[in-house]
Amino acid sequence: MMISSFPPGAILIFGALLLPFLGPRIRSVLMLALPLATLWLVWNLPNGTSANVRMFDYELMLVQSDALGRLFAIVFSLMAFAGGLFALRQKNVVEIVSALVYAGSAVGVALAGDLITLFVFWEIMALASSVVIIADGGERLIRVTKRYFMVHIFGGSLLMTGIVMHVAATDSIALTGIDPSTMGGTLILAGVLLNAAGPPLSAWLPDAYPEASYSGTVFLSAFTTKAAVYVLIRSFPGTEILIWVGLFMIFYGIIYALLENDMRRILAYSIVNQVGFMVVGVGIGTEMALNGASAHAFAHIIYKALLMMAAGAVLYQTGKRKCTDLGGLFQSMPITTLCGIVGALSISSFPWTSGFVSKSMISQSAGDAHLVITWFLLLAASAGVFLHAGIKFPWFVFFQKDSGMRPPDPPWHMRLAMIFFAMLCIGIGIWPDSLYVLLPYAVAYVPYTSEHVVHMLQLLLFSGLAFFLMLPLMRRTLTITIDFDWFYRLLGPKAFDKVIELTEHARSAFWLVMRSMLNQALRLPYQIFGPEDALMRNSIGNMLLLVLVVLSMILILGLFLR
Amino acid sequence: MEHIAILQVVIPLVLAPLCLVIPRYAWLIAFFGSLAALCCAIVILLAVLGVGDIFYVLGGWAPPWGISLHIDPLGGYILLLVTLVATLVVVWAHDSVSSEIQEDQINLFWCMFLLCLTGSLGIVATGDAFNVFVFLEIASLSTYSLIALGRDRRALMASFQYLVMGTVGATFILISIGLLYMMTGTLNMVDLASSLPELRDTTTVQAAFAFLTVGVSLKIALFPLHQWLPNAYTYAPSTVTVFLAATSTKISLYVLLRFFYTVFGSGYAFDDLNVDYILLPLSILAIFVSSMIAVFQKDLKKILAYSSVAQIGYMTLGVALANSQGLTAAIVHMFNHGLIKGGLFLAVGGLCFRIGSTSLSDLRGAGRTMPWTMGAIVLGGCALIGVPLTAGFVSKWYLIVAALEKDMWYVALAILAASIIAATYVWRIVETLYFQEGDSAGREVPVYMLLPTWLLIAMLVWLGIDTDLTIGIAERAAQSLVSP
Repeated sequence: MMISSFPPGAILIFGALLLPFLGPRIRSVLMLALPLATLWLVWNLPNGTSANVRMFDYELMLVQSDALGRLFAIVFSLMAFAGGLFALRQKNVVEIVSALVYAGSAVGVALAGDLITLFVFWEIMALASSVVIIADGGERLIRVTKRYFMVHIFGGSLLMTGIVMHVAATDSIALTGIDPSTMGGTLILAGVLLNAAGPPLSAWLPDAYPEASYSGTVFLSAFTTKAAVYVLIRSFPGTEILIWVGLFMIFYGIIYALLENDMRRILAYSIVNQVGFMVVGVGIGTEMALNGASAHAFAHIIYKALLMMAAGAVLYQTGKRKCTDLGGLFQSMPITTLCGIVGALSISSFPWTSGFVSKSMISQSAGDAHLVITWFLLLAASAGVFLHAGIKFPWFVFFQKDSGMRPPDPPWHMRLAMIFFAMLCIGIGIWPDSLYVLLPYAVAYVPYTSEHVVHMLQLLLFSGLAFFLMLPLMRRTLTITIDFDWFYRLLGPKAFDKVIELTEHARSAFWLVMRSMLNQALRLPYQIFGPEDALMRNSIGNMLLLVLVVLSMILILGLFLR
Repeated sequence: MEHIAILQVVIPLVLAPLCLVIPRYAWLIAFFGSLAALCCAIVILLAVLGVGDIFYVLGGWAPPWGISLHIDPLGGYILLLVTLVATLVVVWAHDSVSSEIQEDQINLFWCMFLLCLTGSLGIVATGDAFNVFVFLEIASLSTYSLIALGRDRRALMASFQYLVMGTVGATFILISIGLLYMMTGTLNMVDLASSLPELRDTTTVQAAFAFLTVGVSLKIALFPLHQWLPNAYTYAPSTVTVFLAATSTKISLYVLLRFFYTVFGSGYAFDDLNVDYILLPLSILAIFVSSMIAVFQKDLKKILAYSSVAQIGYMTLGVALANSQGLTAAIVHMFNHGLIKGGLFLAVGGLCFRIGSTSLSDLRGAGRTMPWTMGAIVLGGCALIGVPLTAGFVSKWYLIVAALEKDMWYVALAILAASIIAATYVWRIVETLYFQEGDSAGREVPVYMLLPTWLLIAMLVWLGIDTDLTIGIAERAAQSLVSP
């Protein structure tokens, strides 16, 4: 195959593979220069296709550029740059290399012009992200990565089967709208949703991401899920089931994040939740909803990375990750605190932040399409987001009780990365048109009407009030949501505690049963296929018997069954 | 120039006894023998692709009375694989053989190696059914003795098992050829092909077909006739393992294709006798059961050996699909898998050379001290799974397309499910060698061992990206089989 021009993502991938052979200083320079070069290339990419390649009788289009693909490619390379800056002193070269390869393949996915190219970059993404997770080494990480890797190999297989079936049915490898009701389309949708952390396997994300290093998690938070959202926008707009899948993800994320005590796990669950908003947007499928989903992905990558950076900075400085061990850090880490709060406000879509101008497009489009239930649930979820990510994270990490720790702010490059993204969050919030011009469809939406701003402020104010009223409950890191609050006042604290207790019992009993069943199930293949079993007892007599069996089978088939 | 077809076979045959005469230079002789064969193979393949099939008549005696050689694109393709792997193995093996074989047996080892090469090349090149049997026996007998030279006494048992099973297989083939001769009075393949159609309904020809299929399947190690293979691969000297794993099963598969398509005709095998009804389920069983067994093995060579049985299942699956895409997929996978397993076993041989064992428990943490060898294993493993941009992906893709062509989507799903199992055993290898704490203190192997290994691995990546070459030849080979 011949490459006529160079796909932007390949610069990151091949450049990253050079890093291990370079000195630390040049490596640092390249860690920042490679993403910037990619960003520059993507930014200047004209519409249309280039870098065509032949493979298996098909014309592959390594680069196909339109507004939607460029939007994602831009934010992926921006992310690679800020992540590289944040990880500048990361001594683990394996992690750096794999993180940049990961970013490069995500850019590749965003610019892929056909299903085969998409799949190739998709698989590189899965491999590279597994290496990012395992880079730190250690027994626990090995197990985590193994689970992560297997889930993604499974997802990749679904996707590949789907693609082959789709190609066989339509004789086209073009990356366009795909009919989800065909067998191939269903499998593609399932494979993509798996990467988007959709049900029923959403748990792979919070299982794996929080276990990576302080900088690894920042990279991980950005690419896999959003690349999946990109493919959904591209191929499955207006697929109604996605609304319900998205809503499930939203509430799954909120409930588990509220139950969680580990600060990075809280943020990981909130990824599922935020991606849920985007999936709902895709499911609604109007131009405005798709715009909203794209804009929200753009904004989300930035503020979620910012939150992960703040958490990573705390982890880097204190070595602690549990909310119960942290607190009072605002006194000695003012910049981290401030940036963390900006991120938290953005994720809660506080007016004048990026989340406000992007998420409101999705809810508005639900309203415009007269999806009353969806609209209402999205509204309730907005309050839930504020509870778990907007307040819970900064409150327990930076304020709350005084943990007695007085770590300073992290090194300059980490501060710089956080400040850069914090400014982006606010910048997009104040000048939303700067983001809107990048969107795939023309935007006729004005986020800042006084009614909308007041409405949002009210919502946030009341859920904030609820949080502090129920602080004793929140501190024990037990479950609570807006709806539960109602029960709480109605039934009294005791009944509520009882419910919690029962839930906990049920949960642990459930897991106990599941675990023993899983163990049983895992032993079964070993008993059949393991080294000690009958299949392995290969005496010559047995072998000859089998020869006779096969011979007679063929003879019978030939002689009698013609 | 016209004698090149026979030179290919004769050069290693003549050089083999020379190893006994000049024991000091046995390695050098083997090297030149395989290199010369490689050069011949390249010339032959180019000639076959450019001009057309090569017919060579031995001693001027025209067939059907004389013996002829007949090389078509498929034959040329397999000859290239065999000689390429043989040459790289010889380059790689100089020190490995010294460390595993007793001093006074080294020249015998190379002598046997050249004979094995002679047999392998002869099987592919000949156009005579009885010669197939003769060369098969030359290759097999030398293989038995090569395996028996392995590191410990288990090698003797493995060799003996293979001897019994291989002899049964060869006898079945001989019975089949005898029956065919009885019916047609000729041994020349083209001649057989022209006189068989009128005899196709006779019980004798049907029995000949059945005996041939089972005999060759034994040599292919088609599940469940594979049981000689894992032990033979595991306990043979590393050099022998590489050569066997990369070439011997593919050559046997070549014999199967040759008889199915050229001698009996594809309509006979698949439409009349419905052999695909047996081949297809056995292939799928091979893929699943052997992959699962591989997952639980404790010895690296054994994991790869069982994975070979599974991969052979992919090839026979392609044959059993009985359409041109399936045949193309099988042929491509013969070549690709030869390179994959060649590269992997070379790397494993390197581990064995430095650490002295291939048991997983002895290899913990070896990846940290032998980064290049391990890198080769990881890339080879990716190709085994069928990760995109490796040769394995190309074969898998064609196989799935072939299955969907026949609307057998459950076969496509099975192929994909099997790649998850493959990912599991590859993961186990990677986990043990990279991430588990261990005290294996192997140094990186010398450059001349790394170069052949990485040459094969690099080809895997290259052939994964540039598919025109392998697919192009395979399509022509399939074409010439179906309509000669």
